[in-house]
Amino acid sequence: MSTLKTSIQDKIGNFPRRLEDESIYIMREVAAQFERPALLFSGGKDSITLVRLAQKAFFPGKIPFPLVHIDTGHNFPETIEFRDWLAKETGAELIVRYVQDSIDQGKVKEESGKYASRNVLQTVTLLDTIEEFKFDACIGGARRDEEKARAKERIFSVRDDFGQWDAKRQRPELFDMLNGRISVGENVRVFPISNWTELDVWNYINEEHMEIPSIYFSHQRQVIERDGMLWADSEHLNKEADEIPFEAIVRFRTVGDMTCTAAVASNAVDIDVIIEEILSAEISERGARIDDKRSEAAMEKRKQQGYF
Amino acid sequence: MDILRIATAGSVDDGKSTLIGRLLYETNSITKDKIEALESASKRKGLDFLDLSLLTDGLIAEREQGITIDVAHIYFSTPTRKYIIADTPGHVEYTRNMVTGASNVKVSLILVDARQGVVEQTARHLSIACLLRIPKVIICINKMDLVQYQQSTFESIQNSLTELIAQTTFEGQEISFLPISSLYGQNITQAAEHMPWYQGNTLLGELEAFEFAETQSKAAARFPVQFVIRPMTEAYHDFRGYAGKISSGTFQVGDAIRVLPTGQESTIASIEKFDQKLSKAEAGDSVVITLSTDIDISRGNTLVKASEEMAPQLKDFSAQVCWLDHQALSAGKTYLLQHGIHITKAKISQITERLDVVAQTSTENVDSLKLNEIGRISLRTAQAIHADQYADNPANGAFILIDEFSNSTVGVGFVS
Repeated sequence: MSTLKTSIQDKIGNFPRRLEDESIYIMREVAAQFERPALLFSGGKDSITLVRLAQKAFFPGKIPFPLVHIDTGHNFPETIEFRDWLAKETGAELIVRYVQDSIDQGKVKEESGKYASRNVLQTVTLLDTIEEFKFDACIGGARRDEEKARAKERIFSVRDDFGQWDAKRQRPELFDMLNGRISVGENVRVFPISNWTELDVWNYINEEHMEIPSIYFSHQRQVIERDGMLWADSEHLNKEADEIPFEAIVRFRTVGDMTCTAAVASNAVDIDVIIEEILSAEISERGARIDDKRSEAAMEKRKQQGYF
Repeated sequence: MDILRIATAGSVDDGKSTLIGRLLYETNSITKDKIEALESASKRKGLDFLDLSLLTDGLIAEREQGITIDVAHIYFSTPTRKYIIADTPGHVEYTRNMVTGASNVKVSLILVDARQGVVEQTARHLSIACLLRIPKVIICINKMDLVQYQQSTFESIQNSLTELIAQTTFEGQEISFLPISSLYGQNITQAAEHMPWYQGNTLLGELEAFEFAETQSKAAARFPVQFVIRPMTEAYHDFRGYAGKISSGTFQVGDAIRVLPTGQESTIASIEKFDQKLSKAEAGDSVVITLSTDIDISRGNTLVKASEEMAPQLKDFSAQVCWLDHQALSAGKTYLLQHGIHITKAKISQITERLDVVAQTSTENVDSLKLNEIGRISLRTAQAIHADQYADNPANGAFILIDEFSNSTVGVGFVS
């Protein structure tokens, strides 16, 4: 087995370029097949990659659809800053809708307890936003390697009026032919980087010299330790009396809300080191997502309800 | 780094999920937290070994029934290649998913349970792999541990497929047989200590060694226009670029081109990929092409090279189809036909043949084709399509049929 142990050197700077061609093809199909597409932007590396791909797909034209951000109010400030910078840089239209508004309207109720997060609540705000703008296609950065339920997702995934996903009603996707025909009220979630792995994304960011939010790199931060993981201390986190914040050198592998993304202790200050870390990592990317751990079938249940 | 796409197929309980789990495990593709989750899930099931099949059997319904019910995509890589496995269900009612998973792959892995030998599904999957013209088929005789790793069992299974292979294979296709045990990791990435009589490659060795010729690059050049880029900004005031992915052949700056179906002619002025200007591009490249003259081209048009043979214009033609929907295909019905990115209406004039892929026999002139059935149809389209024979140019020779009312993809066709 030792002969197969993948050498780190072999993988650095080794992005399979065909993946980019396929994703650009998908972006162009979305723009051509739908009347009102949108790119769901979370501020994380996957959606930043999507923006890059959309830029490339339509260059020298502008990205022909808006970036939509569902702001939970629990985002890292660095993410918001980056989002605004990227929209300006690319000239793309940015639409922001707030989970706080859904809470104020009484449509959703804030969770309580120490694991309270707004991650589940954002589904409602997202569905309302889709309805408000009559989006017929929403581009997302989900990847099939992230989680078991996502491994079965199609590239064009049809959702009903309630945003629901039905594993058994999925359309077969043959060769590269994408069928985006839908009935009134339905919409399609599109996943252009379905076939990318976490490593592919990092190699791409590296080779393309892309900017990413600073929290992906190691920095000093006040954290608490909970369930063997490091949580960013913030006003949004419900701490127990014995959870005393302390300073640590950390970085984030995924960027979700401050209340549901754990940090990892890390000294990675550039992308090469991040890639090395991933290759030797003992914890998978979503392993640091607290929301996935609620139950074994957690992701699939949230997907059926319209979460991305 | 290149990408090798693989489809796996087999009957229920052939151990497909275990095989994939084993491949991931032995290539160090599983992180520690996932192995820990696997250990505890295996324990909950009362097993005293690591149930590697749990890695890929994702959906809740699957866990309840203990079977794989949809196409799942799994990724791993070695220093030489990135691998994408489309894990497709084996039981008969989900053949449509197998066809879906297998379209687009270069290698088909077919599993046979050494105790059962060749069953109907084996024949079905082999025939489909040949129909889809998958260049390499690896037939894995699994569970060799349960037949005492006997060479005679392996060889008799191999012999029982000779006739079917002779009937279905095509020139240039490679078919190989491998004795394996997924459960005990025999011949997956390491030589099988229990089968000294087998001198060939391990499964991973076979995959790493496979060199696939880029058939699509050698075929005549086809560039379907997906999107017309007209920035109309100050810097790019008169820019008009045709965006698309080259489906076959190569294009170079300066090539004389013809537009299908309009027949207009022009010359390639530039081939661009974001801010790069390329001198040439080939099958698989997503590019923007500009022309030296201003002509009217829209989405669904195809650029071909004037020096090469044009894709034939088809309006009344015949094709093989695999039916993917619960509502049967019936002669006389109208569907939407999507060829690449071009959509037109199509009427099925006749179902000239239904193929029994297992027995390799056919019934002529039938009324309908049910879910998972394969046959030959003659059809007529509202607008002509410019398609090649599937055997010569798969990327420009396949189409899908869409139900006008449900919008579902209901069938896949191969021009032949």
